[in-house]
Amino acid sequence: MSNQAVAMPRKTRGPWAVAFAKLARDRAAMASLAVFLLIVLACLSAPLYAKWAGVDPFASTLDAVIQIDGADVPVMEQSTEGLGLGYTPLGPTWRLGNYFLGADSQGRDVMARMLYGGLSSLLISGAATIFTLIIGTAAGLIAGYFGGITDTVLSRLLDVLWAFPIYLLAISLSIVTIAQGIRIGPIDIESGSLWLPVIIIGIVYVPYVARPIRGQVLSLRHSEFVLAAINLGVPGWRILWRDILPNITTTLIVFVPLMMALNMLTESALSFLSIGVQPPAASWGTIIQDGQALLYTRPLVALVPGLAIAVSVMALNVFGDGLRDALDPRSKVRLGRD
Amino acid sequence: MKKLLLAASAAALLAGTWLAPAQAEYLKEHRGGTIRLLARSAAGTLDPHINYTDQGWQMYQPIYDGLVAFRKAEGMDGFTIVPDLAEALPQVSNDGKTFTFKLRKGIKFSNGQDMGVKDVVASFQRIFKVSGPTSGTFYAGIVGADKCLADTKNCTLDGGVVGDEAAGTITLNLTKPDAEILYKLALPHAVVLPADTPAEDMGSKPIPSTGAYMISAFDPNKGMTVSRNPNFKQWSEEAQPDGYPDVVQYDFGLSEEAAVTAIQNGEADWMFDALPSDRLGELGSKSMDQLHISPLSAWWYAPLNNRLAPFDNEKARQAVAYAIDRNTLVKLFGGKVLASPVCQILPPDFPGHEDYCPFTKNPGAKWSAPDLDKAKQLVEESGTKGQKVTIIVEDTAISRSIGVYLQSVLTTIGYVADVKPISSNIQFTYIQNTNNKVQMSVTQWYKDYPAASDFLNILFSCASFREGSDASINIAGFCDKDIDAKMQKALDLGVTDQKAADKMWAEIDKQVTDKAPAVGLFTPKRLDFVSKRVGNFKFNRQFNWMITQSWVQ
Repeated sequence: MSNQAVAMPRKTRGPWAVAFAKLARDRAAMASLAVFLLIVLACLSAPLYAKWAGVDPFASTLDAVIQIDGADVPVMEQSTEGLGLGYTPLGPTWRLGNYFLGADSQGRDVMARMLYGGLSSLLISGAATIFTLIIGTAAGLIAGYFGGITDTVLSRLLDVLWAFPIYLLAISLSIVTIAQGIRIGPIDIESGSLWLPVIIIGIVYVPYVARPIRGQVLSLRHSEFVLAAINLGVPGWRILWRDILPNITTTLIVFVPLMMALNMLTESALSFLSIGVQPPAASWGTIIQDGQALLYTRPLVALVPGLAIAVSVMALNVFGDGLRDALDPRSKVRLGRD
Repeated sequence: MKKLLLAASAAALLAGTWLAPAQAEYLKEHRGGTIRLLARSAAGTLDPHINYTDQGWQMYQPIYDGLVAFRKAEGMDGFTIVPDLAEALPQVSNDGKTFTFKLRKGIKFSNGQDMGVKDVVASFQRIFKVSGPTSGTFYAGIVGADKCLADTKNCTLDGGVVGDEAAGTITLNLTKPDAEILYKLALPHAVVLPADTPAEDMGSKPIPSTGAYMISAFDPNKGMTVSRNPNFKQWSEEAQPDGYPDVVQYDFGLSEEAAVTAIQNGEADWMFDALPSDRLGELGSKSMDQLHISPLSAWWYAPLNNRLAPFDNEKARQAVAYAIDRNTLVKLFGGKVLASPVCQILPPDFPGHEDYCPFTKNPGAKWSAPDLDKAKQLVEESGTKGQKVTIIVEDTAISRSIGVYLQSVLTTIGYVADVKPISSNIQFTYIQNTNNKVQMSVTQWYKDYPAASDFLNILFSCASFREGSDASINIAGFCDKDIDAKMQKALDLGVTDQKAADKMWAEIDKQVTDKAPAVGLFTPKRLDFVSKRVGNFKFNRQFNWMITQSWVQ
């Protein structure tokens, strides 16, 4: 009797497990993810921080006086030298809960506004990303799968949108809607609503998602398993949902952090130009705008939100690259016009 | 009366003989050089019949002349009307409806042409032909103006402006007496240009001038060069004095921060735009001798739409007026040195002004503190609590901060408020148009000329309100027939008794203030920052700093 061992099939890991393992080994991507999650957590704590610090980050508090080392210090200090012109906001105290980053020109706690601002920026960029992915994926799937006149019409519409410089289009849409909001049929969005920048940013980036998705769907449309399904009489929507969509999921996942980074930059730019988040609400873009008038005396008011945007965007981009390498290393999908 | 006039003439003569040598010495010692001015942007069209900006009007002073002018003098003296191209102030006849001017002889335009009667007549017609911004208001009382307004191209002002070449006279006929007509004639919109000047907006093309200087080059994106008019010979020091610098170089495009640095480094001499707020402390302590603070006849205010909820309710409007802390607004503007709190419409030192403040903790002459309890009580009584209010402000640092503060105040007294900053290029017309349904806004009004009507009649008369128009300067949409009738009476009274009329304007000021169609925020002051080499800085209350009366060497 031979003592030959029976070859047992080795348990292989699924593609998702492989991808996550690969991602976990990418130190730069994981470090970026950690940094980004820290920022998200900090921003989520904004209401708690404001409550703990006893400040209202949205109300003017020009006459407020705080205590530092037992001494009363006004948040807006009048110049006492010479002609006594102008008021200078309090500088950073470096004490958490007590004007850590100082005050802005309305006497508001910059740290509390930074956290609330981050919350707005993250919410808008996150929601705009979801909006873009839903619309872009739907357009890409329909155009790529059905082809013909549907593809022609959708592709030309995307071409028209693509033809405008992104920031110019976003600025134009914002200016048109800033005063009156959007009122189209049942859609009624007030001018001060955060949904306004979400929709505007979401719309302008649709071609960035729709075109690569359409390309992938075109290729999948002629693959054997899709042709087989068509020949078996499976309805089109079912093929899209069950056969094609799962095959483009990795691309969509890769899009999330990269789109979010782009959206965050666009939101900041619009808010900086007063056509995004409206005062007294805060976003990192509006805080930079507030700080612009204080660059000479209180440069941190503009620098800190600028740094926060830079770090967040870099973290999202590095993580997005890592995610792409892990999920779809052969992918040629890149965000941008080329 | 005659004795008094003689005494006054002697005093003027003595003053003149005392001033003359000093002036001659100044001219010799300081004449020449280039004074360098900076502004973020050009002031729009170069055409003096169209340009309606502070920046443009200030620069036109040493360049263009009208029949009469505001005296080129420091302070309140700058509000006095003096003869300019006319030999003397006009003879008034026909119950105050006819004004006859005798034209000076020997005055030439900068292109060498003689200035004469035909130029004056053509210039009056041109005000209407180019649809000047004040043709329908300031000059609508001239006989024939109605036809000119209806058919601008074929404007003749027949019977309204009559020139007599032989006698060298211009006769101006009005449909009814106008106590303010000389002020209106002294504005840049009524300056005399060559008769052959095209009847269209000249945009970037300089028009020949009669003044001590002329525009020799202009590029709206780069700058403007103003040089001496080779054909100028001083005819009246108080109307059109000679100037010190040979050239005024006005450059555009530098930001306010960069402009301050350029002046500190001696690379420029003055900037038109307001100083950046974060540099005030430093400049106020280190460059005191280079700063000049001057009062302005101006008003920062918040018009409340009297035709839209919640401010169609008088109590709601008064509540806002009680709640606003003017000291906070003054702080936002740079402090008490640069602004003063106000409650009423007419600015301090202005004809008809009598201190009055009903909307303060202790109502009386001056504002003392906000009365939030009273404000909240009025909001309750008005039944408007919880209503939504949007405040439209300009997208500038100061307007935005005022808007944010007002939003806080409205929230405190029970409204759901938000603030919208929109581009400065469109905000002023946007808030005027009723189609935009603006409930509350923040804006400013700077006087055209020193008369109470320029604030009260223009900003709050029924005629100044135009439904659906971008030019409805009665932004609040306030219209009270009784007050309107009283304003008309005051205007008529001014023709015969200006003092009595000013008394009446003071009453009107109080009545309009009581109804709170708009909330007065503060009266600003002008802060000029000049380089160390600028001497003889003189501030005229009508047109601000007299640029060419300062020297740079």
